[in-house]
Amino acid sequence: MLNFNKALLLVAALGLAACNNPNRYANGGAGANGMGGAGGAGGISSQGLGDASNPASVAYFNQSVGDRVLFLEDQSTLTPEAQQILTAQAQWLNKYPDYAIIVEGHADERGTREYNIALGARRAGTVQEFLVSQGVRAGRIKTISYGKERPVATCDDESCWSQNRRAVTVLSQGLNG
Amino acid sequence: MTFARPLAIALTLVLQAAVLVPPSGAAPLRLELTQGVIEPMPYALPTFIAENPAGAKAATDISQVIADDLTGTGLFRQIPATAFISKVSSFDAPVQYADWKAINAQALITGAVSVQGDKVVVKFRLFDVFSGAPMGEGLQFVGPVTTWRRMGHKVADAVYSRITGEGGYFDSRVVFVSESGPKAQRQMRLGLMDYDGANTTYLTDNSSIVLAPRFSPDGKRIIYVSYKSGFPHIYVMDMATLQQQQLDDQPGTMTFAPRFSPDGRSAVFSLEQAGNTDLYSIDLASGTARRLTNAPSIETAPSYSPDGSKIVFESDRSGEQQIYVMSAGGGEPTRISFGAGKYATPVWSPRGDLIAFTKQNDGRFYIGVMKTDGSEERLLTASFLDEGPTWAPNGRVIMFTREAAGADSAPQIYSVDISGRNLKRVPTDGPASDPAWGPLLP
Repeated sequence: MLNFNKALLLVAALGLAACNNPNRYANGGAGANGMGGAGGAGGISSQGLGDASNPASVAYFNQSVGDRVLFLEDQSTLTPEAQQILTAQAQWLNKYPDYAIIVEGHADERGTREYNIALGARRAGTVQEFLVSQGVRAGRIKTISYGKERPVATCDDESCWSQNRRAVTVLSQGLNG
Repeated sequence: MTFARPLAIALTLVLQAAVLVPPSGAAPLRLELTQGVIEPMPYALPTFIAENPAGAKAATDISQVIADDLTGTGLFRQIPATAFISKVSSFDAPVQYADWKAINAQALITGAVSVQGDKVVVKFRLFDVFSGAPMGEGLQFVGPVTTWRRMGHKVADAVYSRITGEGGYFDSRVVFVSESGPKAQRQMRLGLMDYDGANTTYLTDNSSIVLAPRFSPDGKRIIYVSYKSGFPHIYVMDMATLQQQQLDDQPGTMTFAPRFSPDGRSAVFSLEQAGNTDLYSIDLASGTARRLTNAPSIETAPSYSPDGSKIVFESDRSGEQQIYVMSAGGGEPTRISFGAGKYATPVWSPRGDLIAFTKQNDGRFYIGVMKTDGSEERLLTASFLDEGPTWAPNGRVIMFTREAAGADSAPQIYSVDISGRNLKRVPTDGPASDPAWGPLLP
């Protein structure tokens, strides 16, 4: 059944938002219970994010390497800035090969639901492809799209939409060989 | 039965609005559709007679459902009971046509209700007042007391159908996504309600994201997307048992945007692999899938034509979302949308004549309809976010999702008729999205 440690680390890996909201994706996200858990439905879980001063920690990856890249409207091509972040992600991931990776693709709310799932998938796929091109083993990476269902910023102008058009590299420890 | 001067509302698609032409002398009553403003047809609906004391409440309640259905179309106007000259004292008493003519009631609906044990019996008759004749035979419905609202819908469907010559849509249900919680962490579950928002029940809990529920043509199953495995995949739910079964698909893929074929034996959907989304169909009994498109672009939101021969879908192969039609077996698609902006979520009308869609242009969203060759596009609604049309079983009304701007906004379900009139919110229990209208119930 539920691999508890794995589930905890997945949640822990969700990034800064997870500090305030450990249950962010309890409603069915790969992050919360995708690895085989009934994690989180209704309950509040809490776990450490690891020590950000430890360069091998998820917290370090999220905060110092950067766990996400942003996209232009209705685009999935990587900006120079995104390529820089992903290059750093790949270097880190190659250094710490035990982390399993889920790349989450997201879209802003200015599109239709189903297209946005496909668009988020395309963004996640682009990131996956780039990481693999930088030497990250393809077998470590899964992708998922949340379309426009999980925004991080909820105002109704470009300042929020630009944050929501993102691909987030979510880590969990314990690749089984 | 035949009538010398039939009461009829002629509804045609090409015109925008309806004007009631009052009857003069022996001329038949007609609702002509013109460019003018609609004048709804006045009707009288004396509260149905309770034929036994146990039926008193049901008689009042069922009468209200019928009135709400008819008036809610925007095509009919109920004459208040305070204006009535005649009192209907028994279901079989002769109709005093002159009394109803005097208050300009063009249609008269009479009925009676009795409750025996757990059964309710509803009888009704419809009269063409100015022709001085009944319109169709009286009908009787018998069913469990718990289905009293459906009894009202059945009467209203019969009245609507006799007067307009179209099929009804009141005795039908809608599946939808019920949403709660803050925008960044919406909880979702599948809901089922009557077309008017009554009798809501929930088909799943809210532990997983669920999207895009759609009825099978017979209304006995729904097909939808759930993230319960951690990733978006398609499931089929049996409505009687609520048992769910995942559609077979390949590991490492995401599947979404499902719809049944008109015979209910297969489904069409989007499958994503390595970032690219294409269309597939699957035979639901054997699980045999077939790839329908093979392009580096996004192909999604497929919908069958009612005869099952074609599929309309959206693709961004031109650089942005546009609507295409192809053979149900795949093959070269034909682009049919050419206006300004993006076109998405095409849905084929159950009548086969129109395709409803979402349009996005200049920061606004619209629900519109076009003919199946893309001509005669008409936009019915406009707002900050309108999307995802679904057709009433008779192809005359569309429901869709509307969400206002703002961090605290939440989606709601609206309906509009295909002339663009009668826009109104469907009263759901809470925030709701992704409505899918089911068939008329048997």
